[in-house]
Amino acid sequence: MAIDLKTVKHISKLARISVNDEKAKKLEKDLNLIFKWIEQLNELNTDKVEPLTSIAETTLRLRKDKILSENIRDEILKNSPNDNKDYFVVPKVLE
Amino acid sequence: MSNITDLSLNELVDNVKSKKISSKEITNAYVERSKKSNKLNTYIEQTFDSAIKNSEKFDKSPNLEKKLPGIPFAVKDLFCTKGIKTTASSKILENFIPTYESTITQNLWDAGAILLGKLNCDEFAMGSSNETSYFGNVISPISDNLVPGGSSGGSASALAAKLTPATIGTDTGGSIRQPASFTGTVGLKPTYGSCSRYGIVAFASSLDQAGPMTRNVKDCSLLLEVMSSFDHKDSTSVDFKRPNYCLDLNKNIKGKKIGIPKEYRVDGMPKEIDKLWEKGKEYLKDCGAEIVDISLPHTNYALPTYYIVAPAEASSNLARYDGVKYGLRADGENLIDMYEKTRSQGFGEEVKRRIMIGTYVLSSGYYDAYYLKAQKVRKLIKNDFDDVFKKVDAILTPSTPSSAFKVGEKSNDPVSMYLNDIFTVPVNLAGLPGISIPAGLDKNNYPLGLQIIGKPFDEQNILNIAYSMEEKINFKLNIKDWWIK
Amino acid sequence: MDQVSKDQYVIEKNGNKYEVVIGLEVHAQVLSDSKLFSTSATKFGSEPNTQVSLVDAAFPGMLPVINEYCIKQAVKTGIGLNAKIHKKSIFDRKNYFYADLPQGYQISQYKDPIVGEGNVILDLPSGPKTIGIERLHLEQDAGKSIHDIDPGSTLVDLNRSGVALMEIVSKPDLRSPEEVNLYIKKLRSIMRYLGTCDGNMQEGSLRADVNVSVRKFGDDKLGTRCEIKNVNSIKFMQMAIEYEANRQVELLEEGGKIDQETRLFDTKKNQTRSMRSKEDAHDYRYFPDPDLLPLEFNDEYIENVKKEIPELPDQKKNRFIEKFKLTPYEATILVSDLDTSKYFEKVIEKSDVKLSANWITGELFALLNDKNLEISQSPIGPENLSKLLNLISDGTISGKIAKTVFEIMSKDEEDPNVIVKEKGLKQESDPKALEVLIQKVLSSNEDKVKEYKSGKDKLFGFFVGQVMKESKGKGNPQLINKILKEKLNG
Repeated sequence: MAIDLKTVKHISKLARISVNDEKAKKLEKDLNLIFKWIEQLNELNTDKVEPLTSIAETTLRLRKDKILSENIRDEILKNSPNDNKDYFVVPKVLE
Repeated sequence: MSNITDLSLNELVDNVKSKKISSKEITNAYVERSKKSNKLNTYIEQTFDSAIKNSEKFDKSPNLEKKLPGIPFAVKDLFCTKGIKTTASSKILENFIPTYESTITQNLWDAGAILLGKLNCDEFAMGSSNETSYFGNVISPISDNLVPGGSSGGSASALAAKLTPATIGTDTGGSIRQPASFTGTVGLKPTYGSCSRYGIVAFASSLDQAGPMTRNVKDCSLLLEVMSSFDHKDSTSVDFKRPNYCLDLNKNIKGKKIGIPKEYRVDGMPKEIDKLWEKGKEYLKDCGAEIVDISLPHTNYALPTYYIVAPAEASSNLARYDGVKYGLRADGENLIDMYEKTRSQGFGEEVKRRIMIGTYVLSSGYYDAYYLKAQKVRKLIKNDFDDVFKKVDAILTPSTPSSAFKVGEKSNDPVSMYLNDIFTVPVNLAGLPGISIPAGLDKNNYPLGLQIIGKPFDEQNILNIAYSMEEKINFKLNIKDWWIK
Repeated sequence: MDQVSKDQYVIEKNGNKYEVVIGLEVHAQVLSDSKLFSTSATKFGSEPNTQVSLVDAAFPGMLPVINEYCIKQAVKTGIGLNAKIHKKSIFDRKNYFYADLPQGYQISQYKDPIVGEGNVILDLPSGPKTIGIERLHLEQDAGKSIHDIDPGSTLVDLNRSGVALMEIVSKPDLRSPEEVNLYIKKLRSIMRYLGTCDGNMQEGSLRADVNVSVRKFGDDKLGTRCEIKNVNSIKFMQMAIEYEANRQVELLEEGGKIDQETRLFDTKKNQTRSMRSKEDAHDYRYFPDPDLLPLEFNDEYIENVKKEIPELPDQKKNRFIEKFKLTPYEATILVSDLDTSKYFEKVIEKSDVKLSANWITGELFALLNDKNLEISQSPIGPENLSKLLNLISDGTISGKIAKTVFEIMSKDEEDPNVIVKEKGLKQESDPKALEVLIQKVLSSNEDKVKEYKSGKDKLFGFFVGQVMKESKGKGNPQLINKILKEKLNG
């Protein structure tokens, strides 16, 4: 399965990473190289294999329904690129 | 008395406990040496002043019951440290200051350790040479222009150069064991679920594990004892009775069955590595262990599997770096534009490449062919180990297929860079513990390591085997301080 | 199905009759103190970003730990929907970027939800109709984007981020806006009985994505559907469906084709419109969340949860019909809301069942409706209503006076016995006293008495009215009737 430039652009859109044409071409080359190598997995017949769902040798642990977090708004907003004291602020969303 | 920085972690602990050396003396010694070692570019953030203050505080009322009493530690910059910049070596987190502490570093501080600073690594731990860091590549103290390995390259380099008595790294596909092998040090990746992932910047959640990096096996067992804990804040943390790894460390490995997997003898592997591996077998026999030839038939498929699973998880784990809540934000005309510019400017090339791989393998129409396929092969790889561990107690392999390489030597060929992790990756995929110990030198006098792989939660066993071999190998890391003027 | 019966919902255009096919994805907020994967509070209406933990804001290295109560709530709801509970389910990440989605993914369940197929029974005028449930899964809610505070930017409040939601997906079994109304109400009623969701639509605890398609009657194949996102009231759902169905029919009749797309309901224009971000065809890249393990439980767990399930609306309705001899219609109304059924059962502890049912569904509902109150806020509590009804039953007051007393009670919330006593509203049931009044009326209307006796039966009502007037409304109507009849016919 060759990855073309259009696919690279589509994937970069999904990943929300802008790429210019030059970078896209480089990525196209790299990704094709990598996927050609990855494709050796197709030598294996895995039709009857159950996929691995978790590597941890335990079962999902459950938490009690207790409120333990307090209001830490200042802490939460401290690293925010904007200095609004109540909200995170982002460029206007149109919808 | 010899130089403080020449002492092992256990020796330092003993000296503090017997009040022969103070925490401040140790801290000062490491600060001074670190200050002279900027050429190696191991530190991203230095907290020397507060380290000295903390050592004074420790000395004032020393709690000698602690396992790491007043011992200074520099740590990989992937561990979130409260009030101290944590970057994951990425521009996107260049100015990020966590308000919280990772469980692992908290365990260290609770044991009496003192933070010296944050160590360079590959960006988001994605790399095998520490060349993907936004803060520049790290130089190995072994030789100028040599990479220390990655992703815990800053940790390995700082450890080998004696800028920290021991350190901690994270290992997703070999990021502790490969740099340990490259720098002649000891590195252990614990069983998945042994060390909490809480507060560690995530790369690939099902593979990431923090682990100790030390100058010898005994130090490794002590540090693991401090690091490993059950943590309610990590759903994948396993609640099992953790042994006193250091206290229980012994050289009695008589009758242990050690497997030698034939698939790890790969084409083009230097003769020296094969020789060391043979030597390792002999040492084990000398210790009374039994060597058993085994097969792990799906070994060859581990790397391609890893390069689907790890990027897939990473593409999702790194989605939170979007310029909204913390970290870099680029100007954008609208929200989407802001996202795309922030992430394009904030991430380095290797990280972007892996996000692209991960996004692609999960995308509509490709999930079954790649991600699902990889999870099936991962199951087969795990089954290989499960089968083999019915017959043997541990497995001995080389740590890496080559010794350290020059800066820039592999950075233009991603696949050849990825191949570096061929022996370490299967261990992560199967969630097993693995330790790399220095085994000898190649023709350039660059260190080479051997890896011992154990059953789940059988760290004590591989530590004991490593401890026994260490004595026989009697490896000496002879580093001249060439970078110190 | 070529026959189109007259009570079916039909859209007709150019003589072609179209059927509307609707499926709902209801998002119901789980009633819990803390969030699904973090220990922050879920309380509604708090100051922005004050119920946000490091996990909710997706800080580096933060990990989810699941709330056991939310799991139990989902299992309970599944049982209430007569659904199959899956002993193993998996949490997946649904990946997309949005300002109020801090992780860049929503933890949800995709291929292996906690609850599988079930059903809900609607009480239509034509009889019961079963609506299939496809699945129920647990997921995190997103935060809130606020577009109208700051003209230049969007503000984000993450208080809701990470709150547990149940997404309940119906099969495309609904056929009209009215069925949607009944379905949502029934679903809400079941969840309120179970205590798993408060169903408060004003606060956003219950919202739905509405899938609408149309097809000509008789067609087997489903038409192309459009999904109307995030509609938060039944009224808007109905309006959106009506608009959307008509839009689709018109488009088809003009020879056009329906695009499968996501649309928004504009509540100002009462129209649906296509969402703008079309270039960005969603590809959510679901995969199992590696920070979590599969959720597993055994039969014993499910059995234990079953023991906690209260009597649900359908069972209660049957009991009311069988035990209290209520009509299906009365029973349906009385069980539709848990509080109403509780009120009813409280009243009938001491009062006549039929009378209670009549008064609750009649006077009381009219009063609540008029004042826009929930039954739990009723100014007349079940004890006082019961007393009032007993005053009717034992003949102390007439039904008519009771209405007067009821009205007074609705204002000053007093004991009806006190009102009757203080206002002197006690019914006159002394035959002698009534005879005096009757005699008086008859004496002053001798001509009318003559007319009556010569066959003008209709005048009987006139005499009753006059006597009532004389008694100032307090005369016992049964007695007046009886005595009058004796006097006039005797």
